[in-house]
Amino acid sequence: MTDPAAWGLQVFNGLSMGSIFLLVALGLALSFGLMNIINLAHGEFIMIGAYTTYSIQQAAISFTGGPASGVTFLIAIPVAFLVAATVGFLIERIIIRHLYGRSLDTLLATWGVGLGLQQLARSIFGAPNVQVVSPGWLSGTIKITSTLVLPMKRIFIILLVVVCVGGLFWYLYRSAWGRRTRAVMQNRQMASSLGVATNQVDSLTFAMGSGLAGVAGCALALLGPIGPSMGTFYIVDAFIVVILGGLGQIPGTILAALLIGMLNSLFEFSTTAVIGKVLVFALVILFLQWKPKGLMQMRGR
Amino acid sequence: MAFFKKIFKIPGVALATLAMALLFAAAACGGSDSDAASATAVPSSGSSAGDTIKVGVLHSLSGTMAISETAVRDATLLAIEEINAAGGVLGKQLVPVVEDGASDWPTFAEKAQKLIQSDKVSVVFGGWTSASRKAMLPVFEGLNGLLFYPVQYEGLETSPNIFYTGATTNQQIVPAVEYLLEQGKTRFFLLGSDYVFPRTSNLIINAQLKAAGLEAVGEEYTPLGHVEYSTVINKITAANPDVVFSTLNGDSNVALFKQLKDAGISASDFPVISVSVAEEEIRGIGAENIVDHLVAWNYYQTTDTPQNEAFVAAYKAKYGNDRVTDDPIEAGYFGVYLWAAAAEKAKSTSVADVKAAAPGIQFNAPGGVVTINGANQHVSKTVRVGKVRSDGQIDEIWSSNGPVEPDPYLETYEWASQFHR
Repeated sequence: MTDPAAWGLQVFNGLSMGSIFLLVALGLALSFGLMNIINLAHGEFIMIGAYTTYSIQQAAISFTGGPASGVTFLIAIPVAFLVAATVGFLIERIIIRHLYGRSLDTLLATWGVGLGLQQLARSIFGAPNVQVVSPGWLSGTIKITSTLVLPMKRIFIILLVVVCVGGLFWYLYRSAWGRRTRAVMQNRQMASSLGVATNQVDSLTFAMGSGLAGVAGCALALLGPIGPSMGTFYIVDAFIVVILGGLGQIPGTILAALLIGMLNSLFEFSTTAVIGKVLVFALVILFLQWKPKGLMQMRGR
Repeated sequence: MAFFKKIFKIPGVALATLAMALLFAAAACGGSDSDAASATAVPSSGSSAGDTIKVGVLHSLSGTMAISETAVRDATLLAIEEINAAGGVLGKQLVPVVEDGASDWPTFAEKAQKLIQSDKVSVVFGGWTSASRKAMLPVFEGLNGLLFYPVQYEGLETSPNIFYTGATTNQQIVPAVEYLLEQGKTRFFLLGSDYVFPRTSNLIINAQLKAAGLEAVGEEYTPLGHVEYSTVINKITAANPDVVFSTLNGDSNVALFKQLKDAGISASDFPVISVSVAEEEIRGIGAENIVDHLVAWNYYQTTDTPQNEAFVAAYKAKYGNDRVTDDPIEAGYFGVYLWAAAAEKAKSTSVADVKAAAPGIQFNAPGGVVTINGANQHVSKTVRVGKVRSDGQIDEIWSSNGPVEPDPYLETYEWASQFHR
């Protein structure tokens, strides 16, 4: 276990795990971090993204009659964003908007929504897992040295996260809707009295968070199982990242995701998968005892 | 932004109605493959008093285990339908009462109790995970019910109220290790999900390796539902094994094989032999990710018997051409026939009579002849090691050439003395 290449690979694995955590948590940082909705259905938006990728690939296969081309996957990413965002938008309009200010009620309601979405997926696509064929250009590896081999998919996911974070920053800090979002999150009544339509901001922010989960689903379809309950595998990690990062703090979320990914990877490598996870959880709990508001906290007055 | 403004003016009620309509439409579409479940509507006649016999079917139709268990439910219902078409049991038609265990072990116990006490079924076909079986066991023993359990498991168990139609360890894991040793494999890496089946299996494998003068080069457990295998793969390559023995269960298998391939590792570097990956799971993993890796079971869809040809044709005719059959599906199917034959022989459906008649009952199953062993209520069955093809089917590369007697406590193996009763 002292092979330096193995440790080198493990550092890369940590970065990769961090990028996956971040991709999964980014959407939750909006709905949970900014809007205070304990969104337990977040994992199901990931599932929607993955099934969208699957559906597009199936459609491409039946349309062209041949195997899906590498481009189909690239098309699937924005489509997954739109589909998940649309479902998120509808759910916000129908259910969640009645529950603002009642965090615990959103927990129960979104749990129910999540179960409903899982069963819906089971009815439409069947209970067994489905398979997305990875595009050829993502299947290779990059050889750094003879023993240090990096999978293309994981490098792609790191790049995808960079793009998503960039997009989110542009939306929040450069666009008009983002400005309104930040205004509402900082002071709802003041923003409202200044003419910001807060309910529209709520819907769009929630839809945006759901859409980002859809993109995560697209990426996770490459690495893991695609089935009705796949969202449940990622939801706990996503919550921990957002809580550790500090509610409402996107930079905090980024830092927390990388930190947890790296610690997870190194602990798991030197112990076992179960003990590694326990150590990470224990450290997070201890840290939150010390700084209950997470790595970065909103400055209040 | 006019578009948004318009959308916001649509009243919530209208949206809610629309959403509900969509939900129902989707549910109705999906219903086509779950027609079988509507068989739950049961006439009011008692267990075997009238001209029908009620039998319970208890599998997870929702939750994480639905992935595997719905197909076994389908196979069970197919067998019931075939038996009914051939005149039923004791001249009476079988009426299935289907219940959903919901991937939740207390629910399995609860539904088992309901099937026995209020539906008064003569027998229950069901269960998949060892956890669900362990939850149901006291119910069946306490209420003197009868359970046919169709999945391979970790052995070391017998119950007067359970018939095990899946493999016990000496019909799957032990011969698989023997096969690998014969192939000259010496560096075993044991990888499993962290619960009773993999932990017990690996205890047995470690004892078996020790008897061969070997030691596993690594042993790793990951939580159920673990989907990040980069670290585990790094550990495996560092240990330089020549075979990985995998008792991973469920969705973790998809992640493992996808990520192995991503890391540039194929079966020619070292094969992974799995005991919980069958044709159904391979569809979700993607054949291109698991091609040339090994599996150990008692039955494959490609198993070459006339019974299997008829079984695969009937299964596909009923459930669709894209469906596959596999080992637990086959065991769920022939379990019904074994029970029916025992009931015919006993001329009764009471638990005591069926049990008394069961020893020695034989059936020509799709995977070959199976016989109920009276001593432990398991069945003797053929063991097969297979290799995954690029189309997701499995080629048999080794077989025990005939049924192997079940030995849940490994009492015929000297090295396994610690497991003997």
